[in-house]
Amino acid sequence: MRHLIRRLSIYLLAIWAAITLNFFLPRLAPGNPAELYFYRLETHGSINPAALKALEIEFGLNTTDSLWVQYLKYLNNLIHGNLGISITFFPSSVGDIIAQNIRWTLVLLTMSVLISFTLGTLIGVFLAWRRASALDTALSSVMMFLYSILYPWLAFMALYFLAFSLGWFPIQDAYDAATVTPGWNLDFLLNAADHAFLPALTIVVSTVAGWMLTMRNSMITTLSEDYVLMAKAKGLTSRRVMFAYAARNAILPSVTGFAITLGGIVGGSLLVEIIFNYPGVGFSLFQGIQNDDFALTQGILLLVIVAIIIMNLIADLLYAVLDPRAGQERSM
Amino acid sequence: MSHSPSSHVSPASLDADGRLPSGPPPSEALTTRPASILSGVVAVLRGFWSLVTINRKVMVGSGIVGFFVLVALFGPLFIRQNPLKYTFDLIDPPSSAHWLGTNLGGQDLFSQLVVGTRASVFWAFFSGLLVLVISVTVGLVSGYFGGIVDDILSLLTSVFLVIPALPLAIVATQYFPRAEITIAVIVALTNWPWGARVLRAQTLSMRSREFVTAARAGGERTWRVIFSEILPNELSIVAASFITTTIQVLLAVAGLEFLGLGDSSIVSWGTMLNGAYTSSALILGAWWWFAPPGLCIALLGAGLALLNFGIDEFADPRLRRERPAKAAQKKAVA
Repeated sequence: MRHLIRRLSIYLLAIWAAITLNFFLPRLAPGNPAELYFYRLETHGSINPAALKALEIEFGLNTTDSLWVQYLKYLNNLIHGNLGISITFFPSSVGDIIAQNIRWTLVLLTMSVLISFTLGTLIGVFLAWRRASALDTALSSVMMFLYSILYPWLAFMALYFLAFSLGWFPIQDAYDAATVTPGWNLDFLLNAADHAFLPALTIVVSTVAGWMLTMRNSMITTLSEDYVLMAKAKGLTSRRVMFAYAARNAILPSVTGFAITLGGIVGGSLLVEIIFNYPGVGFSLFQGIQNDDFALTQGILLLVIVAIIIMNLIADLLYAVLDPRAGQERSM
Repeated sequence: MSHSPSSHVSPASLDADGRLPSGPPPSEALTTRPASILSGVVAVLRGFWSLVTINRKVMVGSGIVGFFVLVALFGPLFIRQNPLKYTFDLIDPPSSAHWLGTNLGGQDLFSQLVVGTRASVFWAFFSGLLVLVISVTVGLVSGYFGGIVDDILSLLTSVFLVIPALPLAIVATQYFPRAEITIAVIVALTNWPWGARVLRAQTLSMRSREFVTAARAGGERTWRVIFSEILPNELSIVAASFITTTIQVLLAVAGLEFLGLGDSSIVSWGTMLNGAYTSSALILGAWWWFAPPGLCIALLGAGLALLNFGIDEFADPRLRRERPAKAAQKKAVA
């Protein structure tokens, strides 16, 4: 319990740090890019004065308030869910755009991370069990190559060869708006799955190696433990030794590593969305960058950080279940 | 790892007797004759060779990394034409005139790839080094001092560990001038926590060892104890964390450049990919434009990863590959 409270306070602190960073970045930047942003926003035409006021607070323009007062006003806006107005999708608010796009990202990311974690861990278990076999040598070498592949590049290659040249998959969007209507009907779900397949495949292929290599190494170490030898000596089936004894304990580093790896995966999958023109938050982020749409990019950054922290919390809870010792020792 | 002192004196600076021309008082290193200097160099090379050939993973890994470093250093010297020169050979597939074809501006892609290697390799290692400096300092200081210093630094590490590096870097680079140094600094500031945490744990266990106590009792200054007593004993971890971060940094820099957040006047693998992406190389069918830079990134990364796993294997004998016969022998002994 103490452990969880400790983790929770770290996460709250991380969210606060991210918000504060978000506040100070535009103010630290040379040449005041926010002013330019503001000017461009005004040329777009009539803005609701309240929204304008919120943006002024976010970027610290047209104000005589001290930094502290600006900061408090900014926090107050955030608490009320006010993330500002997007130039790219004028006059929509950033909150609306994110709410619209987040589901695509959530489904895509959750599915691919679950698949790649399960697949990578299973492959790792089997390769460690059959260590130094021809299969182990071959697969480990391939994984080493996949381990450091650039996500968007793999996406580009998949898009070019599988979707563009061979025509097996659609080349953009999350579903075909001309033929299906969104909702809980089979046509739409199949169509959406067809569109999500290639982005998901890219994320799975580029992340599976990390899980596999971690699991393989941890499993090899665990296999030399005495209790595994004991289990074998007792005459248990190799399946039981493999999963109930060795893998059960070898998976702990993967779960701890989850937190560290996750940030990278989320970042990479945002890039994958861009390549596939997949309408998730990654694609909005790219549009935001191209238009210097600071309100949009900052809003997405905050959202991504909060999402990652929630997933970290889930990993922590899972770890406490998997390793009963976790709650007892003092660990950071 | 260890360099013999004689290797620092180059043979050219010595006169016929093997002495330095003007005379500082002759010390052991300075009076060595050319023959022994040569043998010293040979010994260093041999040491290096045995280090590189510890196992197959390290061998292949350092071969790949060495190749890219050599191309980065000397490759651009062999490229006669300006990689940014526009010609009328637009979107040519690979041919004998253009080994990797040309892009939409008729620029030769092979010379871009070779010249771009320098920027990509340099910035990856440079950012990796920045990360190393931060994580070594934070990790060692927090592990050695303990108490309130450790509490604060550990908290900072934990917080930064959670904040995702790439999205933060994307948003941050947006506000600053598009330059490679901006990317390097931002990538360094977002990637240091992992190494810091590993080094802190190691330092914590090293702090109470006898040689540290002895150094402290001998009146050595704190900074000396930390950086010249403890640090050398953590070199294998430092090396591993340097390699891991360099892979991440290589990918992060390329990812940011790919998004167009880098300096577009510089030729690098990431900016090549950005060019291919923004000018729809996909629809033009120009696979020779976007395939090679990404392949180079993956290859260099794989070389670094191999090196890392090879070092791991060397440091932890349990991970070593064993032939069945030997494995049985080991069990019999145990």
